[in-house]
Amino acid sequence: MLTIDRRSWLLRVPLGILVLVLVALCSEPAWAAPQEADPEYRALPFISSRVLMWAVAELHLMFAAFVLAVPIFALVIEYIGYKTGDRRYDQLAYDFTKLLSVSFSFTATLGALLTFGLIVFYPALTQYLVKIFSWTFLPYVLLFFLEAFFLYAYYYGWGKLPPRLHLFLGVMLNIVGTAIMFIANAWLTFMNTPNGIDEMGNLTNLWEAINNYIWMPINIHRIIANVAFGGAIGAAYGAFKFLGAKTLEARAHYDWMGYIGIFVAICALLPLPFAGYWLGVEIYAYDQSLGITLMGGTFSWLFIVQAVLIGNLFLAANYYLWLSMARIPGAERFRGFIKYLLGIITLCFIVWATPHSLVATVEEARAMGGSHHPILNVLGVMSAKNTAVNLLILTTYVSFLLYRRANKEATVSWAKTGNWIQFGIFAAVVIYVVFLGVYGYFVDAQTRIGLSQPQVMSVLFAMVSVTVIDIFLFKNAKSRGEIVWGKISARSQYALFFLAITFTWLMGLMGYVRAGMRQHWHVYGVVRDTSVDAFTPTLGYAGGVVSAIVIVFFLLIAIVFFLAGLAGRKDWEPKSGSRWSKAEASATVDS
Amino acid sequence: MNLFVLLAIAAAMVLVQFVVTRWVKLNLLAWMGIWWVALWAAFSYGINPPLPNSIIVLFMAIITIALVAYLSADNEELKQAQESIVRFMVTRQYRVALLIVMFLIPAAVAAWTFASMNEAPQPPSSGRTIHPPPPSSITFQGTSINLTTANNPIRELQHTDEAAFAEHVANGRRIYFENCFYCHGDNMEGAGMFAHGYDPLPANFNDATTIAMLQESYLFWRIAKGAPGLPSESTPWSSAMPAWEDFLTEEEIWEVIIFLYEFTGFEPRAQGMPH
Repeated sequence: MLTIDRRSWLLRVPLGILVLVLVALCSEPAWAAPQEADPEYRALPFISSRVLMWAVAELHLMFAAFVLAVPIFALVIEYIGYKTGDRRYDQLAYDFTKLLSVSFSFTATLGALLTFGLIVFYPALTQYLVKIFSWTFLPYVLLFFLEAFFLYAYYYGWGKLPPRLHLFLGVMLNIVGTAIMFIANAWLTFMNTPNGIDEMGNLTNLWEAINNYIWMPINIHRIIANVAFGGAIGAAYGAFKFLGAKTLEARAHYDWMGYIGIFVAICALLPLPFAGYWLGVEIYAYDQSLGITLMGGTFSWLFIVQAVLIGNLFLAANYYLWLSMARIPGAERFRGFIKYLLGIITLCFIVWATPHSLVATVEEARAMGGSHHPILNVLGVMSAKNTAVNLLILTTYVSFLLYRRANKEATVSWAKTGNWIQFGIFAAVVIYVVFLGVYGYFVDAQTRIGLSQPQVMSVLFAMVSVTVIDIFLFKNAKSRGEIVWGKISARSQYALFFLAITFTWLMGLMGYVRAGMRQHWHVYGVVRDTSVDAFTPTLGYAGGVVSAIVIVFFLLIAIVFFLAGLAGRKDWEPKSGSRWSKAEASATVDS
Repeated sequence: MNLFVLLAIAAAMVLVQFVVTRWVKLNLLAWMGIWWVALWAAFSYGINPPLPNSIIVLFMAIITIALVAYLSADNEELKQAQESIVRFMVTRQYRVALLIVMFLIPAAVAAWTFASMNEAPQPPSSGRTIHPPPPSSITFQGTSINLTTANNPIRELQHTDEAAFAEHVANGRRIYFENCFYCHGDNMEGAGMFAHGYDPLPANFNDATTIAMLQESYLFWRIAKGAPGLPSESTPWSSAMPAWEDFLTEEEIWEVIIFLYEFTGFEPRAQGMPH
């Protein structure tokens, strides 16, 4: 019988053939010889080479994000299981890790396809990037081999190696995976904010080329976003298994898996806007033109789409937490809070999604006195958006806090005081965040940008301090009953699917923005795009391409889910009376 | 804000909460409907000048999602709502009301279609990009200027030679009122004597989201190159701004920029380098 891994290798064969076919399909310049000079671009007959490379790069990125994220939280869960001795955590970590093997193969195959594609369709650009970054290729390849070793050793060594050695393999897998991502990030961030080169584009300092303006912000942003994305996909796997579960035990296990997955995703989602903001600041600092293209110009409307998607993410995450309370005895006493939390979330969502320049007919614009509405105008700028996102984060945290204490009753003598202190911290931070948001309208741009830092720090302070108080407050707490895992409506599981799809879609759209803000440059200000595709696709067109990519990704991830599901199945046995069982019986008699 | 409308909506909600519910027991579904209508009315008629339709649709979509989430976040509430719908559809006593609803829904769609078909034709609405991205450098009267690093040379006089700085501001004022105020207005609010002829209207510099968010080199580019110098991406820009490089010197443009900031009280965005 084939093992799962062999199956994944088999998947590479048709993809390998596809690469060869693509190369063969290249239009005449691809193989016409002799040529006077190497072509800068090559084209495909039926599909734009840019769209093809776009799709391949994005799919590669999505699988890579998943492969890098899962080991992070699988390792943490495994460690919790190791320290507590609770086998359920070990099983949960293994369930997540089962998804890695096939995903890693997909990542590698798509990476190879991307490399071939760049060489074939964008030879001049590839040559330039090779010239700049050739020294980084060797460590990249070596790290990739190490990644393969650690990943398969981590997966196949589960339960077969001593726990500490296994945990060590997990740590190494994460270190190597992160290092690979950092190297690849240097290549792509260089294309946006090139550094370490002279006016002719020749390399002067490799480290400066690597450590360009947005390298570290992208590294941090991607680590956090990968965890959020990986958690959401892991939760979707839990939901997939939950909906198909035949026993209460399986239902309980996969309900728990979905919860842990989305808990990881939400934990990562909370600091993500701050990392994104840092990235935006660095882009603006490198070149105001890039910053304006991104936030105030060509792509400003895409950020409204982003706001709507992120608003939906927060809403769906809270919705899942509220539905999850059904499995906790005692949670009904917090039901009354939901409408207030929802009110704040809706208000913040509206503020975040309000565009600065409104879509209006001429008549509407004349009534407003321009394309800015005198009242809504104030909601369209960063002061309002930052305030809204900080309050969204705090509200989501409150939902989690209610979920956490749903079946607990504090027994410590200072319980009432503790609750008041927590309330006081929340109130003070909300007032402070709103004050800074309003103050931002009365100061210059540089000061206003700086105000986002105290806003973020105060929200983080509130979350950390309230959590610490909560831990002591509910130490030795009286329980109103155990959580009944599996006792949850199917709607909650569809919310998990919704979250996973929204995360993926968002990732695709933001990938388009990051690459698209260069507009007609391959390497901004250095290598100009002179191909037939040297134009920025409209948002509608880009939305269509990204949506198609998301569909393809989920088709592939469905294959991953299916293959991962095979790992736990019993060996195939012939049904009694079938020709297989008869043949087996006669073979036994003969022997 | 149209306070009268907002107060009327609030009063109606209070009436429903404390008076109507004495006679009619409203379930969650009914409350959702009431909230939806109240918020729609507030957005549609409670804000002056009126919100564009695109914004009302966006807000109501968010509110609809939120209300559906609230309704379905509790199994018991959802079950009650579903049962009330089924009861309305199958119970004999509601037959007349059901027939009325079955008539009203298509009638409302027909009325909406009729009304929208009878509207006067007008150009389609479009989302305008307000800040065109500047190029890295421009050629101004034969000299290359790097917009990423260019600073207003007059700015440093603000602290070193106040008299000279004041003279430049005065020059900027003269230049503004000789050339710019016809469109941008006496108070820089974008309401000059020619403003009514333009679509979109000239920029309002008193708005905290225009020059206060931009670097001075950006303003230099916009003034120097005007509409003809706008980038080819994200078109159409629909700008009537002349290219002032044909009429003003480099120093005069920097002077008028200084005056814009002095008059409005804003500070330009600094060329920060967080890296």
